[in-house]
Amino acid sequence: MSYRAILIYLTLLVVALFTASLLIGPSGIGPIEGLRALVTGQGAPGLVMRELRLPRAILGVGVGAALGLSGAAMQGFLRNPLAEPGLIGTSAGAALGAVIAIQTGLYASFALALPLAALAGAGVAVALILTLAGREARALVLILAGIAVSALAGAATALVLNLAPSPYAAAEIVFWMMGSLADRSMNHVALAAPFLMLGAVILLRSGAGLDALSLGEDAAASMGVSLKRLRLQIVFGSALMVGAATAVAGAVGFVGLVVPHLLRRAVGSRPSRLLPTSALGGAAMLLAADIATRVIAPERDLKLGVLTAIVGAPFFLAMIRKMGRES
Amino acid sequence: MLTLKNLTVLRGQCPVVDDVSASIGPGEFIGLIGPNGAGKTTLMRAALGLIAHRGESSLAQLDPMARARAAAWLPQAREIAWGLSVAELVALGRLPHGRDQATRGAGAVNEALARMGLETYRDRAATQLSGGEQARVLIARALAQESPLILADEPIAGLDPAAQIDTMEVFSAHARAGGAVLCSLHDLGLAARHCSRVWVMDRGRLVADGALADVLSEALLAEVFHIRAHFKMTLEGPVFQPLSTMDH
Repeated sequence: MSYRAILIYLTLLVVALFTASLLIGPSGIGPIEGLRALVTGQGAPGLVMRELRLPRAILGVGVGAALGLSGAAMQGFLRNPLAEPGLIGTSAGAALGAVIAIQTGLYASFALALPLAALAGAGVAVALILTLAGREARALVLILAGIAVSALAGAATALVLNLAPSPYAAAEIVFWMMGSLADRSMNHVALAAPFLMLGAVILLRSGAGLDALSLGEDAAASMGVSLKRLRLQIVFGSALMVGAATAVAGAVGFVGLVVPHLLRRAVGSRPSRLLPTSALGGAAMLLAADIATRVIAPERDLKLGVLTAIVGAPFFLAMIRKMGRES
Repeated sequence: MLTLKNLTVLRGQCPVVDDVSASIGPGEFIGLIGPNGAGKTTLMRAALGLIAHRGESSLAQLDPMARARAAAWLPQAREIAWGLSVAELVALGRLPHGRDQATRGAGAVNEALARMGLETYRDRAATQLSGGEQARVLIARALAQESPLILADEPIAGLDPAAQIDTMEVFSAHARAGGAVLCSLHDLGLAARHCSRVWVMDRGRLVADGALADVLSEALLAEVFHIRAHFKMTLEGPVFQPLSTMDH
């Protein structure tokens, strides 16, 4: 299949799943009625479609694209198929910010307090990474700094949980960390969109540099690629996307790890081509997973992050086994 | 094509490359020889401007894209990540040429594949080839870059004898066509047969610069390489055979 055909098929898949996400939900609005209500915005169905399902579907696309795209960029930059978007500590930092907002009760004071705190956490994590990794352009130092910052943020999150004032607050924190797109509003969309778009533009422009990096850092530098600039592009681009995604959806694992794997062979293993395809693939996977949470156990509020991990981990194992057999 | 003036690279206080001045003109194929740790790799990386240095290198003064069009670099570590096809990997050499890839690019890639005898490998995944085949693919990438100057760090290490000779001949042809090559290697016999000139490095310094037959004396072999060797001009060209190490 040609690259162009893959892009078209993936786009069609995302459009289909986006529509499905709009039409599936507990309020039992029929498909035609739902679409009409979405356009007119009238009555209770209009409210459900515009205020609940539309933001949820848009965030499904945005968060999924963020995880897929930054996962592909991170794997390309580190030349390691096990790299995932949270590797440089941004998702752990965002989680810490959100957890602090819940712990202090700040999140109850206004609607966007929690995502804003999460964004601030991601920002602090990036600042820390760049300070730790200094001006060193090598990828290894970046990985180690990322591991250190993730561990630090993880420990701080555990501490907050440990000191939670009530079981209720602790449960709130735990549920938030499982990741979900339920009950998000257009305000969440408006908050995340600028970060997601800016991050996407930055990451999509790193393709040529990532291609050159397939030959090693020295060869890439000799071909005119500025490794320093590429590193900043990857760090900032993925931090913007993953920070914003975590801020509005919580921690959703495995999408950024699995999606680039699934598509790598199809695009001839070329890192630049893996970027847009993984963005589309991530959006499709997240929409599908979010629909599944509503279909499998509509009354139990199955969390999105739990589902992606439960489906993603065995799937990942199967892929590793297949890779082992081939080599 | 390349002019070095007082090029010095320090590691801490210790000069790894020490005050090297030299130049390369069109048509030259220069063998960079010297024992391990003499500073050959560091000299080439500094000449390209990939590491901090003192003194001047004409290449390091260019902006990165212009430099990439002036000189191609083959690092010693043969890194290939992902299962890129041979043709796509070789096409990476066209990156410094920006958007004109479509017009001249395909032709340059095909020529490079043909020069390295890789036409039938086009669609194979580069990671599944043997070490020697991968080395040829990476050389083809450097050729596809169509830079007049090629700097290669031990490109023939680990290759079988036929592949070593083939590689040296590809570089000779590149120099004859008006380009130039600076190639580090340990095989003084191949250097004697193929290189138009050698640079001999020892402990960071450029200790000799000239045709191998002129610079290769018993004293230099003993002083720099710590060996005795047999070196003769024969009807089949120069022949070099190391015999024994020197007693310290």
